[in-house]
Amino acid sequence: MNSPHPPRAIERVAQSTPPVLATRLRGLSDRAIAWLFIGPTMALLLAINIFPLIWTVRLSFTNFRANRPNATVLGVGIDNYVSVLTDPDIWQAMQATAHFLFWTIALQTLIGFALAYLIDRKFRGHGFWTTVILVPMMLSPAVVGNFWAFLYQPQIGLFNYAVAFLTGVPPSSFEMLGSVRLAPWAIVIVDTWMWTPYVMLICLAGLRSIPDYIYEAAEVDRASAWRQFWSITLPMVLPFIMLAVLFRGIENFKMFDMVNLLTSGGPGSTTELASITLKREAFEKWRTGYSSAFAIILFVAVFGLANIYVKALNAVKNR
Amino acid sequence: MSLGMKLGISTAHSVVEPTARTRWIAGVLVVLYALVTIVPLVWIILTGFKTPPDSISYPPKVLFTPSLEGYCNLFTTRSRQTPEYIAALPPATGTCDQVARNASMVVAGPSNYIPRFANSLIIAFGSTVLSVGFGVMAAYAFSRFKVPLKDDLLFFILSTRMMPPIAVAIPIYLMYRELGLSDTRLGMILLYSAVNVSLAVWLLKGFIDEIPREYEEAAMVDGYTRLQAFRKVVLPQATTGIVATAIFCLIFAWNEYAFAVLLTSGTAQTAPPFIPIIIGEGGQDWPAVAAGTTLFLIPILVFTILLRKHLLRGITFGAVRK
Repeated sequence: MNSPHPPRAIERVAQSTPPVLATRLRGLSDRAIAWLFIGPTMALLLAINIFPLIWTVRLSFTNFRANRPNATVLGVGIDNYVSVLTDPDIWQAMQATAHFLFWTIALQTLIGFALAYLIDRKFRGHGFWTTVILVPMMLSPAVVGNFWAFLYQPQIGLFNYAVAFLTGVPPSSFEMLGSVRLAPWAIVIVDTWMWTPYVMLICLAGLRSIPDYIYEAAEVDRASAWRQFWSITLPMVLPFIMLAVLFRGIENFKMFDMVNLLTSGGPGSTTELASITLKREAFEKWRTGYSSAFAIILFVAVFGLANIYVKALNAVKNR
Repeated sequence: MSLGMKLGISTAHSVVEPTARTRWIAGVLVVLYALVTIVPLVWIILTGFKTPPDSISYPPKVLFTPSLEGYCNLFTTRSRQTPEYIAALPPATGTCDQVARNASMVVAGPSNYIPRFANSLIIAFGSTVLSVGFGVMAAYAFSRFKVPLKDDLLFFILSTRMMPPIAVAIPIYLMYRELGLSDTRLGMILLYSAVNVSLAVWLLKGFIDEIPREYEEAAMVDGYTRLQAFRKVVLPQATTGIVATAIFCLIFAWNEYAFAVLLTSGTAQTAPPFIPIIIGEGGQDWPAVAAGTTLFLIPILVFTILLRKHLLRGITFGAVRK
């Protein structure tokens, strides 16, 4: 040290110690920064997610009704859970949800994968057309539900007109949203229109992750195109498809906005998915205790799904 | 084996390159799908420029005289008046005035669309700033430090996003009623921030993981503190990731409906619950609804184009990066 003044003690220590320790001496410790940085996120989640969740659990054991805040609240034990699980309406909602889940996922996976496969042929302009295809999934589901309700109008709607034009049946002879038979399919069609691009995009990433040399090797071994597809393409894209299916599964299990705008659960309760039943119980019938119990049951179900989902996510990541 | 090779046509490029014929067929199919999928959207945009009778005509009108009635009806409220009353008025001052008078109505005042649209903007931007701000800090900590129970915390953060919104809305509704946050912009900003912060942490952690640690370590050897290194080295490097994440948060908050319809009704109501309830005389005013929808969707279309490259990452919480 040639400096005219003796350096301050801390600087001297800092210069003679490894850089990591030196930083600690000059600023906050890494541990302090870590907690300082994670703290706000955790506080926000605790206040807006966890505290309300605990509140829901508490409410689920009472007969509380949010529209009668001054009535005496009684503990009812697990009665709410028992009545939710034995309620035929709830099971009907679960059935409607299962129908919706099965068909949306099946159709979206098939069409999405086929589209991705075609786009991966890299024809001219595929980038532009991919972007066009992606547009529906970025839109607001509520606004989508609302404008599809317009397209589904029996006499004036474009959808009915197109079907009439292609099949010859009169456009006013069927009501997509008003008929018990067609309404469950009407919501499947809109969801498929909206979310097929999502599955397509993930499948496309899967297809592009397959290195060319594998196909080249197969070509050398004279494997047929069919054989290449079944023993190279499909197995290698499968983890991506699974990821897409799980994402769609969780999202559609929670489905509320789009279907609420299209049918609000009707006609009757043919399209009343779990979330719509929950909304009716909680915000129309005001059975807060009962609906809290149902909400907790849904939480547990989604949590189960989420657990599988994270495992699959890691499987794809670690490939 | 591809068709071209079977026919004995030699191709110059690699064996895995699709033939011209395959490409052509694939192209035609994809373009067909794209055209069909975009029809509903084009139809809504067109409907916004129709008159109410044109919008409900049968067969549906593809060619029509464009009219601004939908947009005028979207932005104004009108009242029906007698022809004598209208004749006695001074000449119409604007396009919408004229349009209203042609339908024997008088513009009574502005509609609620602009305040609702403004609420959407304020709430979307407010919550994005908050969730990305918190998210980038948490993501940095998770990316660089040994945090006890790191994987559990990350899973916990992600799992909050899995909750069905209606289930969360029940206690939030009660809590906000107690705190006086019902139907306030602040309440919605906090709520959307909490929903988005999980996405922000996961996405940003992915982006920050990709920045080599050596950059900060070099900066710290040069005398930067950890915080300075974060501010002056990591943040500038992560700009693209931060912008992409912010756009994802914006889109979510912009599109959100379930919380908005249950927790807001007036002063803080956003556009998605408002657009479907635009009612004209004798039923839904489809051109006005379509006009409102079009204006609401334009920012999303712009964002989709901007986000093209990061879309995949955003929709999979950073699991697939390409």
